[in-house]
Amino acid sequence: MDFEYQIEGGDFTNAGATSSAVKKILKQLGVNPEIIKRTVVALYEAEVNIVAHAYRGSIIVNLEDHKISIKLIDEGPGIEDIEKAMEQGYSTASQKVREMGFGAGMGFSNMKTNTDSLIVNSSPGIGTTVEIINYF
Amino acid sequence: MKINKIIDLIEGKIVEGEHYFEENITRIFASDLMSDVLTIKTEEPLLLITGLSNLQTIRTCEMSDIKAIIFVRGKKSTEDMRKLAAENDMILIETPFSMYRTSGILYNAGILPLY
Repeated sequence: MDFEYQIEGGDFTNAGATSSAVKKILKQLGVNPEIIKRTVVALYEAEVNIVAHAYRGSIIVNLEDHKISIKLIDEGPGIEDIEKAMEQGYSTASQKVREMGFGAGMGFSNMKTNTDSLIVNSSPGIGTTVEIINYF
Repeated sequence: MKINKIIDLIEGKIVEGEHYFEENITRIFASDLMSDVLTIKTEEPLLLITGLSNLQTIRTCEMSDIKAIIFVRGKKSTEDMRKLAAENDMILIETPFSMYRTSGILYNAGILPLY
């Protein structure tokens, strides 16, 4: 099963709407609650990143019998130094993002904690792709 | 502890989820940093005390399976926030007390911290 969602950069009103929709689908399918929580927490962090940093993006969710993989592809400034972005406490988030309760440099490490596989690729000036995979 | 008892102790008011007043809460976490809330791991019925009142507070609690939120220092929830909370069967409470006072009262009353 494949699902695709579109995300607008800067649209904080709808930030999290995709994560919410995916959570409902996984619940309906009767996936283990712990796997649901891990997946949607990682997805929500990644979705907020698109809203916070990119111009726009798409989220493609692929569901198989024992695996969920989610690809987040954005058009945006990209990440200059992925290794540094992965460091806990490092953030380039704006004041607005911080006012929302994010931008503490905890997102990527939390995504790592909650995924079986996390792949981040970025081209500065073009955009970033994040792939999240969890098995159940 | 039941929600209605919590409300009495902090002179709070339920602004969403009135019908859940008998719900039992066993642990509490207090933070304004949603990134920190997203790192929480527990299966017990959890309540969040926060001074951050916006849509992302509700979204974060939805993802983290947090049942109830107390907004401190008279922070008001918006209609959009209440609507989203209702969709997710959450309880929203507002109190005039500070985060420190709210936390102290509920800690003294025996509700366990998360960490």
